[in-house]
Amino acid sequence: MNETELLTWLRGPGLLIAITIFVLGVVFRVIQNLAIGMPENLAEPKGSTFGPGVATVFRRFKFHRHSTNRGYFTLIAGYTFHIGLLLTLLFLDQHILLFKSILGFGWPALPTVLITFSALISIGALFAVLVYRVMDPVRRKLSVYQDYLVWVLTIGPLITGYLTMHPIGLSYTLLLSLHIISAEILLIAIPFTSLSHMASLFVSRWYNGAIAGYKGVKS
Amino acid sequence: MTTAQRAITAMVEQIDGPVASYFSSCVHCGMCADACLFYTETQDPRFTPIYKLLPMRKVWQQEFTFWGRLMKSIGLAKSVTDEEMAEWEELVYDTCTLCGKCSLACPVGNDITYMIRKFREAMVASGHAPQGLKEAMKRAIEIGSPMGITLTTLQAQIKHAEEELGYKVPIDEEGAEYMMVLSSAEIAQFQEIIPAVARIFKAANVSWTLCSTAFEGTNTGIQIGSSDLAAELIERIVAGAEQLKVKTVISPECGHAYIALRWEGPNLIGRPYKFKVQHILEILEELRKQGKLKTKGKDETRLTYHDPCQIARRGGIVEQPRNLINQFAANFVEMKEHGEYNWCCGGGGGVAANERAEERRLDVFSKKKQQLDEIKVERIVTACSNCRNMLEDGLDHYNMSDIEVVGLTETLVQFLDDTNQAND
Repeated sequence: MNETELLTWLRGPGLLIAITIFVLGVVFRVIQNLAIGMPENLAEPKGSTFGPGVATVFRRFKFHRHSTNRGYFTLIAGYTFHIGLLLTLLFLDQHILLFKSILGFGWPALPTVLITFSALISIGALFAVLVYRVMDPVRRKLSVYQDYLVWVLTIGPLITGYLTMHPIGLSYTLLLSLHIISAEILLIAIPFTSLSHMASLFVSRWYNGAIAGYKGVKS
Repeated sequence: MTTAQRAITAMVEQIDGPVASYFSSCVHCGMCADACLFYTETQDPRFTPIYKLLPMRKVWQQEFTFWGRLMKSIGLAKSVTDEEMAEWEELVYDTCTLCGKCSLACPVGNDITYMIRKFREAMVASGHAPQGLKEAMKRAIEIGSPMGITLTTLQAQIKHAEEELGYKVPIDEEGAEYMMVLSSAEIAQFQEIIPAVARIFKAANVSWTLCSTAFEGTNTGIQIGSSDLAAELIERIVAGAEQLKVKTVISPECGHAYIALRWEGPNLIGRPYKFKVQHILEILEELRKQGKLKTKGKDETRLTYHDPCQIARRGGIVEQPRNLINQFAANFVEMKEHGEYNWCCGGGGGVAANERAEERRLDVFSKKKQQLDEIKVERIVTACSNCRNMLEDGLDHYNMSDIEVVGLTETLVQFLDDTNQAND
């Protein structure tokens, strides 16, 4: 298989396999957590569950009223990384072309220079959280090998993507192949790692808000 | 079955949808650490709330996830050991009051306290629980009270109350509207609660009673993490309430009694109650709104209110005590973080009953000290006898005993305008 054949496979069957595992895996994970469920609450309710659950899903996007330095760092670095990643993923014209080929419709792209900037910001935020993970005694204590693995898997597509746009002597085809491979590995890893928080956090927040809401408590 | 297997089986039983979802979502950000006074006051990373659940996370991973199951099946994953459970006993019992502040701080929405409550079930199943709590549990089951309070003690307190009041304190009165349950500490130490309640209900002209077979509301079962024993204690109250055919059972000024009786009780015994359960503060607030709780005069003392975690953050009773205090207090100030965001006293969740944890619980009271130093009050009003004892111990430890600690009901009653009714 030469470079071109590899790229063709990655863009076709490879991508299909990765997306299928990603979608089915994430859906399974969420359904599993919902299906395990919880027994009916026999205590007389003082409030409701659905509304407070939804409210908590949104409320936890906000900065905590009594945040500490760790909290501010986590939220600022976290938002910077996630927003940078989403802008890069959703508004680079090459990515939009890919989405159009899958979904049948596209949307306007942002200027490449802006996307380059957002990708770099995102990479910077990832390095910041890595340093913090190693330096902060709490986070170091909590961290397991998977936390470092998912960091590598997440930064992979960002760095290879940046290099594809700014080749460093390697062939464009090879760099693009590396970029697509890294993105596909990331997609496949999501359902099996803590990266699945991208979907399960909505369920978690909902459960938290619903359990509290039943008791008439704001959470 | 080995003790480790018993622990694993109990954890598998305890892992429900929320727990599985919470573990799926945790990204080890550590933000919960800053919501735990055992971490903030010691800076020991082991006291990070989510870290206290590591063995349970392991079980979730190995039993509920594809990767974990695969690793376990090929022998690459190590199961939870008895040594691990023994090591975590300190983290789960000595450095967690089930206060719930971490559950508010988690950005992915994990209710960590909910998980620790469940993890304690596995601790009990594998024989790992602090001696102090085990003994309190034994007394609760055998004598009827974790502090060893008997009906004779209660009867003596009732007699004193009647002498003070000049009228009978109702006990075992069938068909009364309210049945008052007390906490051990209220019977043993804070006896003023019985005459206080009697005066309030007489002034409000509502019928109430104590029950000779169900006067103890403290539930060590939910603190230690034994649903079976917790259910047995709840059944005693349910039987008493049903026998007396009361409409409402009143939960006392005790945080865990409220959680046990109001929220966990029906689920522990597997059926809804035939009566309502309300906290004493909810009842007082209802009476106030109906104009049946009139007061006269104002307390000029600079005072604050300490929210018991299980009553405010985990129980939703936040406004009621403030409305009640404002009725008699002219100089009420709030701590910076209050209501749902209040800092725990450090003695809840069985920590105060666990002698081994005493030194640390007094040390971490430095958090409450900081809160109090900011507002410089002469008095702390609270609504939980366990908090009350812990506050007194903590103030004493930090040479702040000039600050007085009082219960809300008994303070309110000092301003009760019941002269007319009492003479009826």
